[in-house]
Amino acid sequence: MNTLTIYKREMSSYFSQLTAYIAIFIFLIFIMIMTFAVAQYMRVGDASLQYTFFYWHPLVYVLLVPIVGMRMWSDEHRSNTIELLGTFPISIWSTILGKYLAAATVWLIALALTFPIWITTNYLGDPDNFVIFSGYLGSFLVCCSFLAITSLISAFTKDQVVTLVLSCFICFLIYLVGFDQVARWIQTVAGNSVAEVFTATGVWDHFRSLNVGNFRLQDFVWFATVISTSLIGTNFVLNSKRN
Amino acid sequence: MIEVTNLTKSFGAKTAVNDLSFKVKKGEVLGFLGPNGAGKSTTMRMVTGYFPPTSGQISICGIDMLKSPEQAKAKIGYLPESAPLYDDMTVAGFLRFAADIRGFKGAARKEAVEKAIETCFLQKVAHQSIDTLSKGYRHRTCLAQSLLHDPEVLILDEPTDGLDPNQKHEVRELIKTLGKDKAILFSTHILEEVDAACSRAVIVDQGVIVANGTPTELRETYKSDSLHDIFRKVTTLDTAA
Repeated sequence: MNTLTIYKREMSSYFSQLTAYIAIFIFLIFIMIMTFAVAQYMRVGDASLQYTFFYWHPLVYVLLVPIVGMRMWSDEHRSNTIELLGTFPISIWSTILGKYLAAATVWLIALALTFPIWITTNYLGDPDNFVIFSGYLGSFLVCCSFLAITSLISAFTKDQVVTLVLSCFICFLIYLVGFDQVARWIQTVAGNSVAEVFTATGVWDHFRSLNVGNFRLQDFVWFATVISTSLIGTNFVLNSKRN
Repeated sequence: MIEVTNLTKSFGAKTAVNDLSFKVKKGEVLGFLGPNGAGKSTTMRMVTGYFPPTSGQISICGIDMLKSPEQAKAKIGYLPESAPLYDDMTVAGFLRFAADIRGFKGAARKEAVEKAIETCFLQKVAHQSIDTLSKGYRHRTCLAQSLLHDPEVLILDEPTDGLDPNQKHEVRELIKTLGKDKAILFSTHILEEVDAACSRAVIVDQGVIVANGTPTELRETYKSDSLHDIFRKVTTLDTAA
């Protein structure tokens, strides 16, 4: 119940300020440029959308997800409204979840707004819509993971810029570590087993497997671990900051 | 209503509040005085459940703050020192949010918000965005938030700070009226407010209570007519501390 109250406040806050609109707008523009101009969607006829469309999502999220999430706790610390939240008769968890779910909803809207590409693909070809759905799910889970990391970082500081830079950096590392080319390089430098560890740690492998419609248990475990650890960490940091 | 026993708070090696005990009964307005940095805000933050004490007990209307924080917090209305608000909301929107948090619904919510707006004279700015408000209005908006659910216990951290003399007067009158059927703890370093609004005063210095009594009792004990002199006598200069 209280989670819903916090959620509603956060949503109205996102859409009464420019940040969410800008993030969604840049996301859509960037993805469209990548899909049509760089990846040549019309020429290659990639009906699963995996190389032309979803391929770019994690990279865009590295920058844009922290932009939406950076105010999550930093702003509460800066304006001291955290003191109000801390003395309201609600649990800290309902606040953490309310804020997190609101930010995730902003991204769900952004993803939903890419629907023309799905319609286009269905009009031009005969795609496996299950694989496309799985691709969207993978993309959204990457987004949620980055958002949880941003939530954790923003719990530390009242400085939104610090939150933004640090979150981008950490998300970028997680993106890079399992990325195909990087994984191959680690393989030649440090051997197979080390490369496997890195690949399993990074987001790329888990994202790609959902992209091709594979529902592997380890992927869901990875996403669930990152999200829950970051949110539990957020709770821990907020509590220890109050002591 | 408010019962604080042996409250201690240390931040690392520094002890901000040292073995503080006091009670505020229903119908009582306790003025919490002391120089800057005496531990007033720290005490209030513990009493409102914002952070836990290093040791000691806090009981609000018989509910233990440390064991059942949510039930205890529901009894309290709190105005933090800086009057924090969400700048992106309107005054009425913010109060509706606070009413939601306090569990009001439908017509009851509307009524509670309207009453708080009226009590704190916010009609003129009710639909204005909070980031455009002057300091006095911001303060009163946050005060309205604390009165919304007609709490049994009111904790106000420097409620008259930053207000002009007219507003100060209004807020003091408000505290006096509310004090008839609530337990109020409010901090200030303006000594006139003690005579104007308090039924009892506690002077804190370096985390310890150094004087406690009604304004008349304080005058008798320290054989002085001026609360200023008493204050100067019992507290340490921050340059000497």
